[in-house]
Amino acid sequence: MDSGELGKIYHDAEIIIKQGEQGDYMYVVQEGLVEVVYETDRGEVLLALRGKGEFFGEMAIFEREARSATVRALGEARVLTIDKKNFLRRVYEDPSLAFQLVQAMSARIRELSTEVSLLQIKRDVNT
Amino acid sequence: MSRRKSSVSLENGSRVAVIGGGPAGSFFSYFLLDLAQRVGIDLKLDIYEPRDFSLPAPQGCNMCAGVISETLIQNLATEGINLPASVVQNAINSYVLHTDLGSQRIDSAFHEKRIGTIFRGGGPRGIQETRFQGFDDYLLSLARNKGANIICLRVTGVEKVDGYVQVRTHSSTIEGYELLVVAAGVNTAVLKLFEEGDPKYSPPDTTKTAIREYFLGKETIEKTFGDSLHVFLLDFPRLDFGMIVPKGDYVSVCLLGKDIDDSLLQAFLTAPAVKGCFPDGWHWDQPVCQCLPRINVQAALRPYADRVVFIGDSGVTRLYKDGIGAAYRAAKAAATCAVLEGVSSEDFRRYYAPFCRSVEVDNQFGKLIFFVTHLIQRMHFAHNALLRRMGNEQRSSGKSQRVSSVIWDTFTGSAPYQDVFLRTLHPAFVGRFFWDLVGSLIAG
Repeated sequence: MDSGELGKIYHDAEIIIKQGEQGDYMYVVQEGLVEVVYETDRGEVLLALRGKGEFFGEMAIFEREARSATVRALGEARVLTIDKKNFLRRVYEDPSLAFQLVQAMSARIRELSTEVSLLQIKRDVNT
Repeated sequence: MSRRKSSVSLENGSRVAVIGGGPAGSFFSYFLLDLAQRVGIDLKLDIYEPRDFSLPAPQGCNMCAGVISETLIQNLATEGINLPASVVQNAINSYVLHTDLGSQRIDSAFHEKRIGTIFRGGGPRGIQETRFQGFDDYLLSLARNKGANIICLRVTGVEKVDGYVQVRTHSSTIEGYELLVVAAGVNTAVLKLFEEGDPKYSPPDTTKTAIREYFLGKETIEKTFGDSLHVFLLDFPRLDFGMIVPKGDYVSVCLLGKDIDDSLLQAFLTAPAVKGCFPDGWHWDQPVCQCLPRINVQAALRPYADRVVFIGDSGVTRLYKDGIGAAYRAAKAAATCAVLEGVSSEDFRRYYAPFCRSVEVDNQFGKLIFFVTHLIQRMHFAHNALLRRMGNEQRSSGKSQRVSSVIWDTFTGSAPYQDVFLRTLHPAFVGRFFWDLVGSLIAG
């Protein structure tokens, strides 16, 4: 790790967030890639990849639900932890701090809507 | 608070002048232009900055300890600004508190590197390493990429003409600015331009500090100082605390207190607790760079007027710690007010002054905290009690670390002073510390 690299290094396949656990943090990828997977009885479903500058685990900031997916390093990844208390304290003083986060979440909702529509079309075609 | 329509607001094509391209000026420019783009206003913004921050000290330096708090690093990452390794000299994961009686290390949460040390300019005198970028240069480039125009000239005069602001330099006069932002810091002559202008603005009170840089080499620094910031609570008059900050091949020694001078600096550097941290062969009187900058210790009075706002050190900043974090918060508060509310004196009074007051109130708690640390510095048994409690807490990881977290937040600037102070009133904190004090007194 270079002396000026902020955050923490996670090695390949190392778990950063475990599905079902409680969490008070979100994360920002500083370097490398992480994969977001949904664990089921029949195996894992890859939901997304997150790269440099992207957030993950942000739902824990706004909800008190268990983590909805597992996130682990894909190769070596460097990740910065954002703690909920610090984030909420600043948002209370300056709501515009949440712009980037809301923008990222909005983009993800848009992606999901597109995916749901495509799945619907696919299902209609198959039936 | 009821909303009112401002009589003076920024519109499409409005022009903004920012005096000073340090963190306050660059953050303001970045966030003003960002917010304006979000609401669909096209602004023209000029930053007046005569220095070239890519040059080594003293030409490019902004005279600062150069520590980016974990709070600011998290906030910037949330804003989409992830400080690159080419800007951060050392990523820090711990603090070591030194007293006359010993030392104690406190690790960051998750043992993660959450604090960054930086050079404000291109580095100390004689620096050979060129792969790093100065922090101020990096921020200025962010502002430039957002659309700010950098004018490399010194401002020599400011006037209001027909209600708009006119900015003079040696070679030009530019009229028609609808907003002037003063982000000049307290170590330049710029604030003198305003002493006779608006009679309601009064510059901040300042005190002298000392910063010295020593070349030790990266490997030596890794062995001796590691990835830690070193804070010294030593019993010297006028000294609140001293700090050693590792930065690549160099360490910066910073002293904060009241009117620090050469004699105090010498006494500090030759104290056994400080000298013992340095490798053999180090000479306290052979720094590669040094300065005695002034810092803001009491906010400016009424740091705003019609179409004028003072941010960063020329307005209000946090006492001793996290000045860059305070500049970021002030810049955002002023930018949000300017874009969403207006730029009249009344707008700034309603939407920017509350931020200034909150920092001022918090600084009063900071003064109280540093008064108590002064008392602890003078009493050896209190040193002992503090070190013993912190040692116990660090060994029992996972359990409550009340004293360590108070020390961490005080010296990293990670939490408001008020929050830190209130935590010291918790019965568990008081009880444990009192128990340790009694134990320390009995042990003699």
